[in-house]
Amino acid sequence: MKILVGIKRVVDYNVRIRVKSDGSGIDTDGVKMSINPFDEIALEEALRIREAGNAEEVIVVSLGGNECQQQLRTGLAMGADRAIQIDTDEPLQPLAIAGAFLKIVEKEQPGLVILGKQAIDGDNSQTGQMLAALWDRPQATFASELVLNGETATVTREVDAGLETIEVDLPAVITVDLRLNVPRFVKLPDIMKAKRKPLDVIALSDLGVTTDNQLKTNSYAPPPVRQKGIMVEDAAQLVAELKTRGLV
Amino acid sequence: MSETATEREVMEYDVIIVGAGPAGLSCAIRLKQLQPDLMVAVIEKSAEIGAHILSGAVIEPAPLDELLPGWRDNPPPICVAVEKDEFSYLTSTGKRKLLTPPQQNNHGNFIVSLGALCQWLAPQAEDLGVDIFPGYAAAGIHFTADGSVGGVIIGDMGVSKAGEHKDTYMQGIEIHAPLTILAEGCRGHLSKQLIKKFSLDANSDPQTYAIGLKELWRVKPENCQPGKVQHSIGWPLDKNTYGGSFIYHLDKDRLAVGFVCALDYEDPEFKPFEAFQQFKNHPSIKPLLEGGEILSAGSRALIEGGEQSLPKLEMPGALLIGDAAGLMNVPKIKGTHQAIKSGMLAASHVVKNRDGKGFNAALRDSDIMAELHKVRNIRPGFNKGLWRGLITAVIETVTAGKLPRTLKNHADWSAMKKLSEYEASDRHWGTRELPPRDRLASVYFAATEHDEDQPVHLQILEPDICVSRCVEEYDNPCTRFCPANVYEMVEDMGNEIVGEGGGEGGEMQKRLQINSANCVHCKTCDIKDPYQIINWVTPEGGSGPNYQNL
Repeated sequence: MKILVGIKRVVDYNVRIRVKSDGSGIDTDGVKMSINPFDEIALEEALRIREAGNAEEVIVVSLGGNECQQQLRTGLAMGADRAIQIDTDEPLQPLAIAGAFLKIVEKEQPGLVILGKQAIDGDNSQTGQMLAALWDRPQATFASELVLNGETATVTREVDAGLETIEVDLPAVITVDLRLNVPRFVKLPDIMKAKRKPLDVIALSDLGVTTDNQLKTNSYAPPPVRQKGIMVEDAAQLVAELKTRGLV
Repeated sequence: MSETATEREVMEYDVIIVGAGPAGLSCAIRLKQLQPDLMVAVIEKSAEIGAHILSGAVIEPAPLDELLPGWRDNPPPICVAVEKDEFSYLTSTGKRKLLTPPQQNNHGNFIVSLGALCQWLAPQAEDLGVDIFPGYAAAGIHFTADGSVGGVIIGDMGVSKAGEHKDTYMQGIEIHAPLTILAEGCRGHLSKQLIKKFSLDANSDPQTYAIGLKELWRVKPENCQPGKVQHSIGWPLDKNTYGGSFIYHLDKDRLAVGFVCALDYEDPEFKPFEAFQQFKNHPSIKPLLEGGEILSAGSRALIEGGEQSLPKLEMPGALLIGDAAGLMNVPKIKGTHQAIKSGMLAASHVVKNRDGKGFNAALRDSDIMAELHKVRNIRPGFNKGLWRGLITAVIETVTAGKLPRTLKNHADWSAMKKLSEYEASDRHWGTRELPPRDRLASVYFAATEHDEDQPVHLQILEPDICVSRCVEEYDNPCTRFCPANVYEMVEDMGNEIVGEGGGEGGEMQKRLQINSANCVHCKTCDIKDPYQIINWVTPEGGSGPNYQNL
């Protein structure tokens, strides 16, 4: 079985996000970029499945310009067997990304597609679901536990009410949540090995996917800055201050 | 590291360089330019190249011209030609413009972000075939059977606070090489060990340092004049403390604002971070920043000992370059050009001689040293206060350092006076309004990150001193000189921190709490602690600040 894992290059989770002064987007000048943390968990799970003898090959796929090869190489250093870059400079929305993934799925015929439940930049949480629909295969989202039983997979999902366990037929799309695993550190010699692993570049335009966007972003704005507080002497003053502000 | 560790995996290189700063990267580039078949690796503890680099920085471009001819057609992302120098003396309320000292004439120089410059150098080194490994910390030295340096040991990852292996445990590998080049920057922790082990400082004065604090601001367009360089001395420091400020006007409405303060200050209650914040609120500075926002902030120690304090730069199997050696030119407030030159010199020496032997003599014979010799008395001249220091500076500048005298440097930690011996002077510090509110708010702009469940990387060698002698003698100065609020004295019972009313039945005890996750790797504590019982070692690779364009 092959496992396909999606990797997105995003602004690192430690970086303080700043909106460009003209509101046209996020400032990424000199900003640290990383693999989307959920995608790292997806890849870790795929590698564990392969290491347990339940898969033969793990393929990492990313959409983006040449800069996303950095994240694909990290995926290869973690242990993926090969990488595919779908080359594009267009900012794509989930439906177009799912469409592009579908083309790769049709070509590679994986038994499992594992994706992060969402990317930490757009927070859309749509690509996995859309891919399952386009592919007409089952989906199991927000997975916190994954057990393979031959033709099916038992997935524990993190839902609002608690945990839900479902069984899906394979092939399927699984999107992963934080608690599924803790990704491994990359071993330094594996960085060197990763440089020699295959990384195929396919132009998005060669896949024949419609990339029309359904949404238009008008502008970005940072959340309002918290107002300066005051220190009150006692409860009486607190009540008085709240009253003058019309809060009680 | 556990004794029962299995044999570590080994990678072999011809040269291993510790630290991807300007010295290390220039050295790597030069090595490959001169001998393309040489196997060169650069190890860097920060998660990304440049993320632990913090500097002013105005740089002299000549060494870059030599290293990468044509770089001006493909400049680093932040690179603004200096247009104008301004040097002033501040009092708490006023500002007097002074004549710019000749060393600080920046005509022909460039304002850069040194972090961004390193980020720009790294791919150029990689294109030449250098293997660069960010996110891996050189935690120890590998010694060969004959006792010489034979490479480095990469730190283990996935070790818990208690020293146990977590699920993600990964043993660090060893990188072996006939030559190790230490380019760790100021007060590198491996350099410190090796200087001691090989007594490299036996014939030099004690090293002396400063702490530099910096914030990158985006200000109102009318407050930024790209290419303008401003320096000041005087307030908020008293006359016995050496230091000053810088404001460099970059492009895109950005100002690099910083403050440097020598670590040989005497006052145990002194707060370098607060001095910087006071400076920003000076009536002549505050209007520049008002209405702006901080983009990034951090701190880093600087090495100021110069010629007198320069240790021997070679030992069996290893060399010291850049600020790991201590090549900064203090009157110029610049070290980057010296770092690049020393990296290039080490590379050409190694390629020519197939060995590092003789590098110490070669560097001392070079223009790198000639530059330090000329200004050797200026920094120690300020040990006698601001005005006598300025007079010494004038004499030494006029005579180009030719007077037959060399003033001594002293160790910073020994300069601090005990509470009972220090008479506090009024520095006329006021209330302030500009952000950040405090050190924790500032650390937020450093985006520093450490997995909390890892061994504390700030080792206190004799913790009893902190709660006994130090409380009495110095009132725990670590809680003030640390710019990231790592050290805190807390009162509790045992290990649990006790809230109000929770002290019943037990004895409240003072304890030093180390918030090591806040650390920005500046090394000030390792330098200034008056008992020399703080030992900074590297945390897990990839930990630490994530500076942007500092």
